[in-house]
Amino acid sequence: MTQYMISVWHDPADEERMEAMTPEQMQQVFEDVDAFNAKLTEAGKWVFGGGLETKESTTCVDARGGDAVVTDGPYSEAKEYLGGFWVLELADMDEALRVAAEASKACAGKVEVRPFQAE
Amino acid sequence: MEAIERVYREEFGRVVASLVKRFGDIDVAEDAAGEALLVALEKWPVDGVPPNPGAWLTTTAANKAIDRIRRESHRDDKHRAAVMVSDPTPHEPTGVVEDDRLRLIFTCCHPALAPEARVALTLRLLGGLTVAEIAAAFLVPETTMAQRITRAKAKIKGANIPFRVPDADDLTGRLGPVLAVLYLVFNEGYLSSSGDEPVREELTGEAIRLARIVHALLPDEPEVTGLLALMLLVEARREARVAGGELVTLGEQDRGAWDRALIAEGHALVRECLARNRPGHYQLMAAINAVHTDAPSTADTDWSQIVTLYDHLLAVAPSSFVRLNRAVAVAELDGPEVALAEVDRLDMTTYHAWHATRADLLRRLGRSADSRAAYDAAIAATDNSAEIAYLTRRRDQLAG
Repeated sequence: MTQYMISVWHDPADEERMEAMTPEQMQQVFEDVDAFNAKLTEAGKWVFGGGLETKESTTCVDARGGDAVVTDGPYSEAKEYLGGFWVLELADMDEALRVAAEASKACAGKVEVRPFQAE
Repeated sequence: MEAIERVYREEFGRVVASLVKRFGDIDVAEDAAGEALLVALEKWPVDGVPPNPGAWLTTTAANKAIDRIRRESHRDDKHRAAVMVSDPTPHEPTGVVEDDRLRLIFTCCHPALAPEARVALTLRLLGGLTVAEIAAAFLVPETTMAQRITRAKAKIKGANIPFRVPDADDLTGRLGPVLAVLYLVFNEGYLSSSGDEPVREELTGEAIRLARIVHALLPDEPEVTGLLALMLLVEARREARVAGGELVTLGEQDRGAWDRALIAEGHALVRECLARNRPGHYQLMAAINAVHTDAPSTADTDWSQIVTLYDHLLAVAPSSFVRLNRAVAVAELDGPEVALAEVDRLDMTTYHAWHATRADLLRRLGRSADSRAAYDAAIAATDNSAEIAYLTRRRDQLAG
């Protein structure tokens, strides 16, 4: 078994698409993600997961120099940003890719699969 | 010495695959297989080649792997634990024939790996080619190739890419990248993209050997049968395809020099595909080559059958390359003018075969000046020495 992070990434085009969604469409995404989460929990694959607040709510902290320097905004200036993620316990990469495809469909977004380092 | 290396290369994939299965670690398997070769090179010239060299190599390599794991276990118990884990997920029977080499080829051609890494890993772990040989075949520096392979192996380990034949539901989809890798290896050998060696037999031979293994393990997958048939029917013409360092086109080839045994085998496989009636990309290309190899001459070729097969091919795998090849058949059926109109509709100005096809059609239409310009463009667009020699001769033979 390996733990994988399946993360959801947004870019400006996604933002536009999400803003244009009707409340019914949004509701459908919530329901799909809830159903997906419930299935993972039931199968004992769920470790952790959730959606993140908007990137405007991000704060950076750098204490490498001793005192913590706090700055408003994300670390990376890239247009793409993390929208949320799951941490799941899965058999192998084949299962991870299958589950990631379901995750992408459920949340209507592009996802990235990344394994955790073995302990 | 050469005999030992040949046996070793033939058995390499089997040895590595069986060790990966047993020890769950590609690096351990690969290193142990390498050490077993050193032992073979030392012992076989003295004791003779053992009756079952594959089993001998596997046993010797397994002992080397166990030695290494013991050595390392003194140093690092955690590493030992990692190495000893073997195929942690119990495999559910899928009705698919299990073979360690088949598992390994699906690992090497996993969709989560970069396509160029899939080719390299397959040639290294199943073909037993050295990193230097693979680097030379794909014209990249050895350090680049070594990095590519190392990175892919690290991803297999880190991302837990399984050593397993995909479930029946996924098999057809997952077979695609495997066949693509084998076909790419074959094509790189058949028409080397550059260099002084117009045909690289070691690559076409390796691709056929691997395709035979996949076909033996999955005899009911028609596209596997189709790919093997395609390779055999193309390989059958290899000797006739280059003469005096110059490419010889299908129409000008000495058909008596074609390998009849390979053609018979290829035709039998194509008939098998037809009987199954689940056509696909590779099967259709094999069928086209079966029609060509069935004909005693260009004039006796069933061109309408070939055009029909290209139409089917366009329906399953539409591409400019297929349209270009279809146009060549159309020239035989409906004349060069109709074909030229089709060729000119294609946007392939960087592809040497497009220019070469235009040059030939323009020549047949008596448009010498246009033809000469097209030959020049074709020559400029290829690095293959045999093609350049052929195109130069045809250009220089133009009237006026």
